[in-house]
Amino acid sequence: MSSAQRKVAIVPCSGIGKPYGTISRIAAYQVTEEDRPEQTRLVPLALLVMGDEEYGRIVAESPAITIDGCPQACATKMVQQCGGTIVRECSVLGTARNHRDLKPQGIAELNEDGEKLVVALAEVVVEVIDACAQPSKGVNHA
Amino acid sequence: MPELPRKKVGIIACSGEELPEGTITRLAVLRVLHQLRPDDTVTICLPLFLAGGEGDRNFARTHPTIAVDGCEKRCAFRGTEKYSNRPAAAIVVTDLIARHGLVQPHGCRKLDAAGMLAVEIASQQLIEMVDELLGKDGV
Repeated sequence: MSSAQRKVAIVPCSGIGKPYGTISRIAAYQVTEEDRPEQTRLVPLALLVMGDEEYGRIVAESPAITIDGCPQACATKMVQQCGGTIVRECSVLGTARNHRDLKPQGIAELNEDGEKLVVALAEVVVEVIDACAQPSKGVNHA
Repeated sequence: MPELPRKKVGIIACSGEELPEGTITRLAVLRVLHQLRPDDTVTICLPLFLAGGEGDRNFARTHPTIAVDGCEKRCAFRGTEKYSNRPAAAIVVTDLIARHGLVQPHGCRKLDAAGMLAVEIASQQLIEMVDELLGKDGV
């Protein structure tokens, strides 16, 4: 298995109707570009929807973290349909419930509370990634 | 006399997360939906054709649609056609960039100036398409 395949697939929703979709998307960028670029790979949902072979294989062969923006859970459903292994189904609404003081607004551009929710959500995802890495680190150093 | 439902155009962005062009589709569509033609347009998330219910899959049967794709894979066009109905019009951002001789955009999370120029051009092209589909062109 190549190193690219061992990376954790991060699959955000493509929601465009509410701020939660944008929060999902930006949190995925935060994790894959800033927080854990070496351990993760961003997977575009539209390509999974269309049955893209390359990304379908990546999802099927990698642990995946889905980030859904609404109860329809498109990202989770698509990864399941591709036969992927979801290590955590994250949801913007779930994180928002833990931060009821934040009132995210804006879709093209998030307000300050939306950006704070991005940070909180990215932290949840990073915790899962780090937990996934623990057993293999142990094996490598044994 | 009862008021008839207003005819609207559905616009579907690919929203491709892995390319700046995907972000361009998203911002161009949002600009049209929220600022340029808010009364004439609606949207749906592309994955909802699969994950949603029959109502979502009927979207393109009840609205003329425009697919806005970031690249030649044309997920929005093909997805809409496969799961709902053939779009009435389409934009592919990579083609638009080439046709207008624009600088290659950068920044998926935050577009650079070249990306924002492409958003502006794509949104202008979109409102022309919307107006034409609603029979408002030349008014």
